[in-house]
Amino acid sequence: MTPEEFKKIGETHQKKREAFKYNINVCTAAACVSLQSEKVKDELASQVKEQGKKESCRISGTGCLGLCASGPLVTINNGQALYGGVKPGDAADIVKSIDKKPVKRLEIPADMPFFARQTKIALEHCGNTDPEVLGDYLALEGYEALYNCLTTMQPVEVIDTMVKSGLRGRGGGGYPVGLKWSTVHKAVGTKKFVICNADEGDPGAFMDRSMLESDPHSIVEGMAIAGYAVGATHGYVYIRGEYPLAIKRLKAAIKQAERQGFLGKNICGTPFSFDVEIRLGAGAFVCGEETALIASIEGKRGTPRPRPPYPAQYGLWGFPTLINNVETFANISPIVRKGADYYASIGTERSKGTKVFALAGSINNTGLIEVPMGITLREIVFEIGGGIIGGKKFKAVQTGGPSGGCIPDEYLDMKVDYESLAQVGSIMGSGGMIVMDETSCMVDVAKYFMDFCRSESCGKCAPCRVGTAQMYNLLNLISEGKATMHDMELLEELCDVVRNTSLCGLGQTAANPVLSTIRFFRDEYLAHIKDKKCPAGVCVIEHKEEAVL
Amino acid sequence: MNKKLTLATLWLDGCSGCHMSLVDVDERLIDVAGIYDIVFSPLVDVKEFPENVDVTLLEGAISTDEDVEMVKRVRKSTKTLIAFGDCAVTANVPSMRNQFKVEDVFKRGYLETTPGNDIIPSVNIPKLLEKAYPVHNFVHVDVFLHGCPPSADNIFYTLVEIAEGRTPELSKRARFG
Amino acid sequence: MSSSVKIKTLTIDERQVGAREDQTILDVARENGIKIPTLCSLKGLSAYGGCRMCIVEIAGTPKLLPSCMTTVEEGMVVTTNSDRIKKYRRSLLELYFSERNHVCSVCATNGYCELQSMAQEVEMTHVHFPYMYPQLDIDATHERFILDHNRCISCTRCVRVCDEIEGAHTLDIKDRGIDIRVITDLDHPWGESETCTQCGKCVHVCPTGALIERGKSVGEMSKRKQLLPYLTKMREAHE
Ligand SMILES: Cc1cc2nc3c(=O)[nH]c(=O)nc-3n(C[C@H](O)[C@H](O)[C@H](O)COP(=O)(O)O)c2cc1C
Ligand code: SF4
Ligand code: SF4
Ligand code: SF4
Ligand code: SF4
Ligand code: SF4
Ligand code: FES
Ligand code: FES
Repeated sequence: MTPEEFKKIGETHQKKREAFKYNINVCTAAACVSLQSEKVKDELASQVKEQGKKESCRISGTGCLGLCASGPLVTINNGQALYGGVKPGDAADIVKSIDKKPVKRLEIPADMPFFARQTKIALEHCGNTDPEVLGDYLALEGYEALYNCLTTMQPVEVIDTMVKSGLRGRGGGGYPVGLKWSTVHKAVGTKKFVICNADEGDPGAFMDRSMLESDPHSIVEGMAIAGYAVGATHGYVYIRGEYPLAIKRLKAAIKQAERQGFLGKNICGTPFSFDVEIRLGAGAFVCGEETALIASIEGKRGTPRPRPPYPAQYGLWGFPTLINNVETFANISPIVRKGADYYASIGTERSKGTKVFALAGSINNTGLIEVPMGITLREIVFEIGGGIIGGKKFKAVQTGGPSGGCIPDEYLDMKVDYESLAQVGSIMGSGGMIVMDETSCMVDVAKYFMDFCRSESCGKCAPCRVGTAQMYNLLNLISEGKATMHDMELLEELCDVVRNTSLCGLGQTAANPVLSTIRFFRDEYLAHIKDKKCPAGVCVIEHKEEAVL
Repeated sequence: MNKKLTLATLWLDGCSGCHMSLVDVDERLIDVAGIYDIVFSPLVDVKEFPENVDVTLLEGAISTDEDVEMVKRVRKSTKTLIAFGDCAVTANVPSMRNQFKVEDVFKRGYLETTPGNDIIPSVNIPKLLEKAYPVHNFVHVDVFLHGCPPSADNIFYTLVEIAEGRTPELSKRARFG
Repeated sequence: MSSSVKIKTLTIDERQVGAREDQTILDVARENGIKIPTLCSLKGLSAYGGCRMCIVEIAGTPKLLPSCMTTVEEGMVVTTNSDRIKKYRRSLLELYFSERNHVCSVCATNGYCELQSMAQEVEMTHVHFPYMYPQLDIDATHERFILDHNRCISCTRCVRVCDEIEGAHTLDIKDRGIDIRVITDLDHPWGESETCTQCGKCVHVCPTGALIERGKSVGEMSKRKQLLPYLTKMREAHE
């Protein structure tokens, strides 16, 4: 297909949309679906019919709008009106009021900071296209970046664009994308592979799921561009089996792309061929680690192996393999389209562009956000997030999930970028952000994440296998008020051993939640140990008579 | 060396095998007697654990409430406490019951293996702890002399080194088991 | 091996050594008489990288790397025995001992066990982490061998030898984290295995008392350490 041809498809779609005075979009991403948004959509359609507005109103599904906590969300003409908490019973009123004043009781101000403070690049299409319709994607310049790369750029130029953009991997490690692509490009191999890591296993994280549900074509396009840049002809998406909706939409997107010649042999009439297959993950967190993921695709037990050699040199079945995260791929086509300079103009010195976060915890606006790097935590929590629920006191924000740390209020004005977060003992991670108020106990938080690590440890190496279990037991003793200062010393010692001797990232970072809570909330640990008290009142401490011991 | 050091030896939950090994020091026992005065031992007839002991060889694991009391008293009165043998260092054989609940251990020990018996004694015997523990779980240990039993050579070496004011280096000499 | 293999020079513990480019740091160290402790690696089996005992420092790399799986590079400066590494190795070994139930004095491999000797090698005199005392099974259903989970350190040497050398693939690993276990067939009793050829290779490569021959009592179970090197040599000669 020529660009003219696919532009035409896009335009036809656009026209179809524009033929309607009112485009009513219902969020059909997972959070809203679980709140019955499909029913809302059906009810809206039948109301449109009933009220005789079929000529002027078009109902379609869209991806996640971000404010998932207020779902199901309905928008009219992309922002003219925004409704939250819509129930099927509200459909009549929404349709009735379509050319009058909006329905007050459902209205969410579209100019609220939650929306106004965001910069959407990876999520640019989330919430304003129908993820199941290729035409919608094409109408928004979809696959133009791929076409332009294939027809006007050499692979090294594509890589160069990535280097200039400053994009870093969004899967947690933050490795420079251009550098990784260039390594795979230069690696010698009769075959090369591209893998999209969609194993997303951090508790509470749903960035990747949302992107796949809301804009699957952008991931497919990003992968194809990567394939061209590094010289791969085959791609895999390794996706969690627990994401049925994302899998369904990704499958549909791959089929559509194949049919229209954006995947397969001689893409867009060029010599470049590339196809994408889906592989389902077995639900182990550690399978998100790249070498474990590769082992799993190869049909082996999903356990990590030491690196080097890195997958870029020795990956899937021994061939050079590029592995990037979903969000990383979602950034590729916008960067090609808008230019590396545009992307690099956003963010800080060493962390360019934007980052998607899943806001959770004790915060008013939980949901999915995309913010420019360099924004402060305070802006995220108190402006975008709308502050702490019930006006309680802020205590800490946890980033990076089981590999990250808790950041206390004295660092609220810190800029969010890779280096700053690392400096305070946390990490950017893949984008989980949990806000905690005064009713959270930091020992309990550390224990929660250690419980996660010990049950997700694959057991291959002793420091992680035994160390996380030992640390969990010690944290348990502390939380029950049964620990001594000696136990605290053991805990700190184990943190050091496990961090420095474990084989893979899981073990190497498992101590982070403990270390950061000890660093900033040592008092709370001491209160449990010395005073046998949980200051936040979370841990149950039995005050029995001293036993024989 | 003019003034002799005082030496105490005792066993808690152990089989006395370590003490046998101590006796195996044989003729060198005389050398030991030249440096140490034995002030408390299952081998000598003293009831109360004395104060101000220079060196104590403590055999056996900590298994009962009485063991806990004893080990605390020993620690208080001892300058250099030696965990003597694998039972003291790792809980060794006594720890083999640690996988099981105390009640189950009792049932097995008193009922299942003793035909005709249907009572588990509970008076006048020390209360069993939930598990058998190494000595260092309760008190600070200065020297770990492992082995089951530790060799006579290692015992002799350890006692001499301490008497000479040096720290015995047992990590390469001694061996578990 | 073709003659085009390049030679690299590197420094191990302040000694200049030469190596083929495909060699691991561990291989080169051994060739030069530098001892690095190992538990999971065994010549003749694929590398595993799980026991972490062989970790070394490489100048310019913040992470400690397993020498058994790290190939040499020109100009590499390797330290195998700094105080820091020694301390970590001791802690690792303590974790092994704390993980399961090791009572050397009643163990069939007492005196012949690599884990036991390792305690001496890394100067571990006691375990200062809490013992976990898990309740574990002993599979004594096989007519010739016994698998005692109390003594297993999950090094997977048995799994690898059974798969890679014997080709039976009777042994495998199940579950994860602290719950991982060596299993036979699909977690059926070993005695019922139809794949096991009774070759005994697993028993003789097992570094501990986890795999022993039936009827061996305390301190009687020595392992035929030369078995694997012999088999490997025979294979190479055959090729
Ligand atoms: C225990 C563990 C789990 C991981 N899980 C994921 C995951 O779910 N998704 C992901 O993209 N990266 C995950 N990673 C990071 C990957 O190993 C890899 O670095 C990443 O996919 C590279 O992509 P990027 O460069 O685009 O970030 C995980 C790493 C570790 C150590
Ligand atoms: S660090 Fe943990 S998850 Fe990673 S290989 Fe070791 S045991 Fe497995
Ligand atoms: S260490 Fe051995 S010899 Fe000493 S008391 Fe214990 S079982 Fe007996
Ligand atoms: S396996 Fe080795 S370390 Fe474990 S009890 Fe037996 S001899 Fe001791
Ligand atoms: S005896 Fe041989 S075939 Fe049987 S489990 Fe062991 S290695 Fe495998
Ligand atoms: S049985 Fe022996 S060889 Fe097999 S994993 Fe356990 S310790 Fe290693
Ligand atoms: S899922 Fe509907 S707004 Fe996020
Ligand atoms: S010998 Fe290298 S990790 Fe086990």
